[in-house]
Amino acid sequence: MNKRLPFGLAMVLLFVPCLLLVAFTHYPALRALLNSFWNNASSRRPSKFVGVENYQTLLEDDRLAQIMLNSTLYALGTIPLAIGLAIGMALLVNARLPGTSLMRLSFFMPTMLPMIAVANIWLFFYAPGIGLASQILGVFGLPPINFLGSTETSLVSMMFVAVWKEAGLFMIFYLAALQAVPENLKDAARLEGASATRIFFNIVLPLLRPTTIFVAVNALINAFRLVDHVIVMTRGGPNNSSALLLYYIYEVTFSQRDFAYGATLTVLMVCLLGVLAAVQFWVLNRKAHYQ
Amino acid sequence: MSAPGISLEVRNLRKSWGAVDVLKGVDFDIHAGGFLTLLGPSGCGKSTALKLISGLESVTAGQILLDGQEVTGKAASDRNIGMVFQNYALFPHMSVAENITYGLKVRKVAKATQQASLKRVAELMALSPLLDRKPAQLSGGQQQRVALARVLVSERPIVLMDEPLSNLDAKLRVEIRSEIRALNKQLGITVLYVTHDQSEALSMSDTVVLMNKGQVAQIGTPKDLYDRPANTFTASFIGTPPMNLLAAKDVVLPDWVASRVSAEQADLLIGVRPEIMHILGDNADFSARCTVASVEYEGSVFLVHLRTQTGAAFILAHHGPDAPIPGGEIVVGWGNEQAHLFSRETGRRISSS
Ligand SMILES: Nc1ncnc2c1ncn2[C@@H]1O[C@H](COP(=O)(O)OP(=O)(O)OP(=O)(O)O)[C@@H](O)[C@H]1O
Ligand SMILES: [Mg+2]
Repeated sequence: MNKRLPFGLAMVLLFVPCLLLVAFTHYPALRALLNSFWNNASSRRPSKFVGVENYQTLLEDDRLAQIMLNSTLYALGTIPLAIGLAIGMALLVNARLPGTSLMRLSFFMPTMLPMIAVANIWLFFYAPGIGLASQILGVFGLPPINFLGSTETSLVSMMFVAVWKEAGLFMIFYLAALQAVPENLKDAARLEGASATRIFFNIVLPLLRPTTIFVAVNALINAFRLVDHVIVMTRGGPNNSSALLLYYIYEVTFSQRDFAYGATLTVLMVCLLGVLAAVQFWVLNRKAHYQ
Repeated sequence: MSAPGISLEVRNLRKSWGAVDVLKGVDFDIHAGGFLTLLGPSGCGKSTALKLISGLESVTAGQILLDGQEVTGKAASDRNIGMVFQNYALFPHMSVAENITYGLKVRKVAKATQQASLKRVAELMALSPLLDRKPAQLSGGQQQRVALARVLVSERPIVLMDEPLSNLDAKLRVEIRSEIRALNKQLGITVLYVTHDQSEALSMSDTVVLMNKGQVAQIGTPKDLYDRPANTFTASFIGTPPMNLLAAKDVVLPDWVASRVSAEQADLLIGVRPEIMHILGDNADFSARCTVASVEYEGSVFLVHLRTQTGAAFILAHHGPDAPIPGGEIVVGWGNEQAHLFSRETGRRISSS
């Protein structure tokens, strides 16, 4: 194992990954930042430096305001629900009951499916009239709802899918954390006369906190990056009611071909994610350990 | 806070995990205020016994009586038993004070009473300056004292301790050992203590239950176990180094033993403590000729590794200014009173009357 790599090979191994990183991450990010200070080129005039003009547009963009609201609602609505569900499922699966491995698999299944497949399955569930959801409503004698096609329900319907998909993933984290809770802490609490519920809230839940912080911040970042569901299920509609930030960037840049504004929105998103990531590291370092 | 201790009786305690019998019928009892130690090698079922007694696991068979009342089917929380866990089991997210008062809080003891109890116990265990710390900010010895304080504050009449000193360094171990012993004597709490460390067991206990593979090998006072081991397991477990067990053919026997060997055709093992034998014992009751294999210097004694003519190894603990030279041939001897006779077949002690 102590054999040294030939110098040339070492350089190749060093530069290829660096090159990929620069070509596909650093250069585009820098380029987007630069682009956000220039306007779009057209056949008649070349692109020219406009300073912060694009950012002024951004502040006055009503559609963006709606989309940020959507993204926030989406995050606030899905994350606590998915976490709650994940803890519940993890507890269930962690209990010594028959059939837990089957349960584990079925809970985790949605997470293993590709996003696009999930979105398509749910597209079918939600189909007005013939979809599973409408049929269930029909059984109870309720009128069918056009889940994805109406402004009131499109975002909520998408959030539902997200919870369904994410909870399984979070469950895996919680399952690992639950199995790391020392049995003798629970035993000690039991001897003191604490009920199972009390043990959960006094002992287990506090010990899951590092996991919760980790999961919550990652979920928050994911919420702002989500685009696949939106494209497949609603294309942001109707009337922007289900559009999220990344989808908006995609639309501005590639449908409206407004590269300058797309770049500006991208800078906004990168800053947002940067702040969230910083918060994550800060919180994890300070709060997540009992050492 | 002196909750007078209560007695504990364990009758034919059995526990099986699937096809594995971990406890195969264990009996012992502790009188109120007594200090009994379960001693045995790793995996012999000591912790399992504690779990059954505390109610954290259910028994496969047998009975547990506290203060004469059967509690075998009762829930752990209804048995009024305190327990100090092997790794202390302190709640890492709670401060020392919260750890100590957790049980009181669960049982809805009045706030003022909680604080009074906390103060008293913290003073007793010298924890007063540490009450706001988290367990991770304490040394091993301090954590140990918090674990003890948590048990004491509940004023349980009986406390189970599962190898509470195993994580501490040698010096601290001796210190806390005497603290635990003092608590037992001063407060009158009954203590059931578990350890695989015989010096702990022998120095602290009124009674020692030596366990082997889920069964009781011997019950007695520390002195009983040391002076009159009931079987070869006890003989070879107790003592550092443990008792030598020599085949009859390796030893020059006194007449009363020799006659017995031939009369009963008994295959005897002769037990003798390394620290009892002396060199040049030609005229002792028992003697053995052997070669010196090696010598270890242990501070107060030399451990002399010997080999009999048939090649069996045994040890002599030699006090004295200088040790025999390796390679040399010596004769070691010991008296009638210091010889222990065991049946090779059953491993049991044969009374030497
Ligand atoms: N939950 C369990 N399921 C199956 N077997 C178990 C379980 N708990 C303990 N055992 C087995 O029971 C035997 C006794 O375990 P126990 O923990 O009582 O040993 P011990 O005497 O306390 O040992 P140590 O000194 O190492 O703590 C071991 O062989 C162990 O593998
Ligand atoms: Mg144990």
